[in-house]
Amino acid sequence: MSWTTADPMVSLKDVHKSFGELKVLNGVSLDVMKGDVICIIGPSGSGKSTLIRCINALNDIQQGSILVEGQEVNDPKVDKLELRKKVGMVFQQYNLFPHKTALQNVMMAPIRVLKHDKIKVEEVARALIKKVRLEGKENAYPGELSGGQQQRVAIARSLAMQPDVILFDEVTAALDPETVGEVLQTIKDLAEDGMTCILVTHEMAFAREVADHIYFTDRGVIVEHGPPETFFQNAQDPRTKEFLSQIL
Amino acid sequence: MKYETDLPVMLPLERHQSEPFLGLKSKHILTVALIAIIGPCVAFAQAPSGQESPLAVLVNWAPLLLKGFIFNLIISISAMAFGTAIGAILGLGQISLIAATRHSSWFVTQFFRNAPWLVLLFFAMFLLPFEINILGFKIPFPDWLKAILGLSLPVMANVSEIVRGAVRSLPSGQWEAAESLAYTRMQTLWLIILPQCVKRMLPPWMNLYSILTMATVLASIVGVSEVMTLTGQALASEGGRPELLAPFYGFVLLLFFIYCYPIARFTVWLEKKYAVIN
Repeated sequence: MSWTTADPMVSLKDVHKSFGELKVLNGVSLDVMKGDVICIIGPSGSGKSTLIRCINALNDIQQGSILVEGQEVNDPKVDKLELRKKVGMVFQQYNLFPHKTALQNVMMAPIRVLKHDKIKVEEVARALIKKVRLEGKENAYPGELSGGQQQRVAIARSLAMQPDVILFDEVTAALDPETVGEVLQTIKDLAEDGMTCILVTHEMAFAREVADHIYFTDRGVIVEHGPPETFFQNAQDPRTKEFLSQIL
Repeated sequence: MKYETDLPVMLPLERHQSEPFLGLKSKHILTVALIAIIGPCVAFAQAPSGQESPLAVLVNWAPLLLKGFIFNLIISISAMAFGTAIGAILGLGQISLIAATRHSSWFVTQFFRNAPWLVLLFFAMFLLPFEINILGFKIPFPDWLKAILGLSLPVMANVSEIVRGAVRSLPSGQWEAAESLAYTRMQTLWLIILPQCVKRMLPPWMNLYSILTMATVLASIVGVSEVMTLTGQALASEGGRPELLAPFYGFVLLLFFIYCYPIARFTVWLEKKYAVIN
């Protein structure tokens, strides 16, 4: 059975994950089609970050199935490197490599991992830095950039690998309020370009604006999901209602 | 504009005084000078008339002692180089994903780190043969070479810990970011982790070198003709005049101080510099 774009790009079925005694995911299922932007929201500790970290095998799962383009991730034989070439990730703490400049951060993986030609990679990398609106900062080290700028470099770094889907793990949570906007704008640009995005976020207004589908998680399960309009206006579950009333 | 105030917080910040040469203030230089002068003076006062003054004797012997000291430095540099090379491998072994490698590296590190240097030196001296027979060729294995090997054992163990500690001190996000970009573990280590560790490893590594240099005199106990052995021999050949002890050993002390102190200062400077960046 080969995967086609008519099938979900990422498909989770009954995913269970625990850290020792602590159960973090209790049977999560969701499908993401190519070009979809989905937002996962929910209270802290509800397993949102763990959920997306399982998709690129940063965390392993105990039970269930995660398919990325038809490839089973929950399989000891899975080629994690091949998987991670398809699935990009952006972290809350940016995690740029501090000993490399912004441009080098973007260029390194395509050259070293994908073994692409250095000159072409540099061309692409410069274009990506321009795309995230950081022209002129190519030679700055991460330590010289603001949080928002670092996060945009991190997004460019992830894009340089030409992934099919990008995971965003609370990417604005550590930012100063005035730089949140520029990062969200960058993600919005990506979404408009048709990039498949899976976001864990606390930015409700943003989720409402860009998401095709919203998932609300609590205590390791998906409580409710739907398109943004229905979700925000007609929440059914009391837990969702309570959560929304607290933050809206 | 000047404020009249008694409140310390309102007073202007005291300007940082420019760092004096090597961090030494005049009083420190004075103290060292006094040690250098008083020792010989006392010795001179003790000296019976008719004999050469202790200072003159010391000047006669100084070239030989200096040669001995340079031998100490050669031992220290060789032991450091050898210990660092093996220790780095051992340190990487300690963070290996293979449990057997990790555990054995850990054990070797702990074993040699928690052993007295002198005992390790004796261990190397008396366990290693005085010559090695390879295909009929007899390769001599002199004492100084054994001393280098003996001293490189604790260096190896300490470097191993320095490497492990530096790798551990990096935030786990660096590993995760590299993993998510499909770097292999080897690539992550060589391209991302270790380059960042070098800065963190340099100060403790230099500190270790300083300690090692001072420990090279232990080799005199096992008969290597380094500076301490030569000093003893020089004193003996001068007929064991007690007034010579202070100037001779004072001279040796001074040699080590002049060599090791700048290293210590440089280490402090590096630590300060990197503390600001990180």
